Amino acid sequence: MSQSAPEESGPQRGALLKLAEDDASRKKFLKMVGGTGAAGAFSVFLAACGSDKKKTTSDSQAPAPPPPSSGGAAGDLKILNYALTLEYLETAFYKDVVGSGLFKGAQADTIKKFGDQEAQHVDALTAAVKKFGGTPAPKPKTKFPLKDAKSVLDLAATVENLGAAAYLGQAGKIENKEALAAALSIHTVEARHAAALNMLLGKSIVPDGAFAKPAPMEKVLAAVKPFIVP
Amino acid sequence: MSDSNMAVPELAAVEIHGMTRSSFMLKGALAAGAVYGASTVAPFVSSAMAQEGMGDVDIVNFALTLEYLETDFYTKALKLGLAGEVKKLAKVIQGDEAQHVDALTATVQKLGGTPAKKPTFSFPDKDEASFLKLAQVLEDTGVSAYNGAAPMIQSKEVLGAAGSIVQVEGRHASAIRLLNKADPAPDAFDKGKKMDEVLAAVKPFIKA
Repeated sequence: MSQSAPEESGPQRGALLKLAEDDASRKKFLKMVGGTGAAGAFSVFLAACGSDKKKTTSDSQAPAPPPPSSGGAAGDLKILNYALTLEYLETAFYKDVVGSGLFKGAQADTIKKFGDQEAQHVDALTAAVKKFGGTPAPKPKTKFPLKDAKSVLDLAATVENLGAAAYLGQAGKIENKEALAAALSIHTVEARHAAALNMLLGKSIVPDGAFAKPAPMEKVLAAVKPFIVP
Repeated sequence: MSDSNMAVPELAAVEIHGMTRSSFMLKGALAAGAVYGASTVAPFVSSAMAQEGMGDVDIVNFALTLEYLETDFYTKALKLGLAGEVKKLAKVIQGDEAQHVDALTATVQKLGGTPAKKPTFSFPDKDEASFLKLAQVLEDTGVSAYNGAAPMIQSKEVLGAAGSIVQVEGRHASAIRLLNKADPAPDAFDKGKKMDEVLAAVKPFIKA
């Protein structure tokens, strides 16, 4: 639970501290590649990257985004706090599930393990927000419907698949390479959780097919809103 | 990177660029320092200097080569007499990897580059158990390869594509691991691997 953020330990440093970038060169490059030629399967990724509307849930729960600014450090902080809020939700969810006693044996172990990993994501994202000079989003108050094992597994799969899509939806918007590497390293763990739960439920491990679809921020926040207690 | 990779032209090709962008990256690192504070600059600089400069075409061709490998691996595995859930999953994954090959080929062309040629591969798996074992290694390697290379991608569109593919690789890895009775998510963070580490891992399977 109290594991340090990935960027603070030795071996992970290289992975998380990738190249910084030159904005001007990047813009030139993007112009060269051209946004209009987004052909084939890939255009969907960009299309699905919706605008970053402000969260509409109660103020105390909002990730408190910095003043609007197109991308850059402020944009990265907003995205990191958004991810932190989702990880808080997931951590709270698994904690409640473990506490419910609905699962025994191997399934209980898996659920506990997933929950531990979400808690590590919370720690890492909290540290990342602080490192970039921001204020970590507050931990939301949450409530989940925990009726029976089957419906809880369904909800877990929904939450994890949504989480993976949420990270994918932000990947192209993160400016700082270190923040991007951190988000990517969490993104595929959410994907692993999602696939494992789908498999357990007899569902497709790749519900979107060969190319995972991103989810924009406002859609994700609307989807998790029922679990946040105002 | 060692010149031993030169034995594999397709892979060597992605490594020969380099140097030209190092100074550019260094400049970028220093600029980032101005935004994020000086304490973060030093690691960026050393990291930027340590990485060979890679263009998006190089990175996508690197990914394409890995997808060729995975596609070939599953295509051959489907001839090993797999059954039941393993066979079903291998078919799904084979189809996904083949689509990744097509998409990455199209991406290289769109970027104005020449798609890497498909190498000849050889894999040691002979039955379901050895297939699952090697599949786990290859899928985990695929995840770490994308996660290591993606932050170097310049084009947001290409980055989005890589992200979409790596999520699917992560899902494959998880499912294969479950069939191996292994932990579907062994770590809380899927760390990126450097390109030379990835090349070293897959080189034994590339024959020409």
